Amino acid sequence: MNYIKILLNGIIKENPTFVLLLGMCPTLATTTSAQNGMSMGLATMFVLICSNIAISLIKSITPDKVRIPVFIVVIASFVTILQMCLKAYLPEVNKSLGLFIPLIVVNCIILGRAEAFACKNNSVASLFDGLGIGLGFTVSLTFLGIVREVLGAGSVFGVVLLPETYNILLFILPPGAFITLGFLIAIVNKLKKA
Amino acid sequence: MEYILIFISAIFVNNIVLSQFLGICPFLGVSKKVDTALGMSAAVAFVLTLATIVTFLVQKLVLDVFGLQYLQTITFILVIASLVQMVEIVLKKVSPALYQALGIFLPLITTNCAVLGVAILVIQKDYNMLEGIVYALSTAIGFGLAMTVFAGMREQLEMVNIPKGMRGMAIVLVSAGLLSLAFMGFSGVDGGLKQIFGLE
Repeated sequence: MNYIKILLNGIIKENPTFVLLLGMCPTLATTTSAQNGMSMGLATMFVLICSNIAISLIKSITPDKVRIPVFIVVIASFVTILQMCLKAYLPEVNKSLGLFIPLIVVNCIILGRAEAFACKNNSVASLFDGLGIGLGFTVSLTFLGIVREVLGAGSVFGVVLLPETYNILLFILPPGAFITLGFLIAIVNKLKKA
Repeated sequence: MEYILIFISAIFVNNIVLSQFLGICPFLGVSKKVDTALGMSAAVAFVLTLATIVTFLVQKLVLDVFGLQYLQTITFILVIASLVQMVEIVLKKVSPALYQALGIFLPLITTNCAVLGVAILVIQKDYNMLEGIVYALSTAIGFGLAMTVFAGMREQLEMVNIPKGMRGMAIVLVSAGLLSLAFMGFSGVDGGLKQIFGLE
């Protein structure tokens, strides 16, 4: 299989956020700003790539019956590694993402890819699949973060674009997350048909 | 008094789904009908409370004692996954009627981030056992409330002629946003209660 095709498949055709609608909890919770959205996407991508590679390597020695618990332990180990690294080197990111770092374990994208791709393909293909889906997730989270930050705080990545009078605070608050994602999905649906 | 505060704050002010974004998957996935929403909420309430008690004991009696706090994530997810399996087996044996009602929802709960989220939050907030149980139970009630109200909204939406592009997940998310907006009305209630109870 063509690796570029696997990569693009994750970013566009099977975009986890806008097409597959997976991993909604971190998508809605951490996109209060473009930077938070991007860090969450990158954190998830790290775990996804590592777990995809590890699972594709151990797939032949894993008994079919205990497959899911094994996958969960592999994923949880990488999440723990990530958690420790963030705490040590990027304490601010760790603070702003907070609870959602340990919750990467139950992100259905990661278990879903392990089940649907990594346990059937070799490790290089799994690496590209993890990279593609991870990038797709990061891009959509960053985009959602940008839209919410522009509307709610008038800035992008902290760079102020609009004066404070034009800020719509609602978009940074929880309801704004639901509403923005709803309209973005509607736009994606429209583009898909065109 | 603190228990009443935890109760009200977890249900209305910091609603687990609508303001903390935990458990969004079942909230969007199984909220098409009020009946299924109620079934799911009952299953979540059961597992959430049980899981909080067990993970609390594991944290205090095993992880803290041996200085293994860094294993929290792995331990908790394994405890929750095995707990769900056990509940399923016990229910099947003891109460087939209840199993019939809740059975299909149980496997879904392992990947419900509300369960792991609440287990970790109880440790982070440094609650004691009883506060933890009250918090878990009220969170579950808050989850049930949001689920049921939202399912009611979606049943009504079925009868409406929705513009083509907004059909499917788009309109569901926008309605969830409006529900969340309604719950924002409760913000500040916990501060007021604190003053009334003299906890500040």
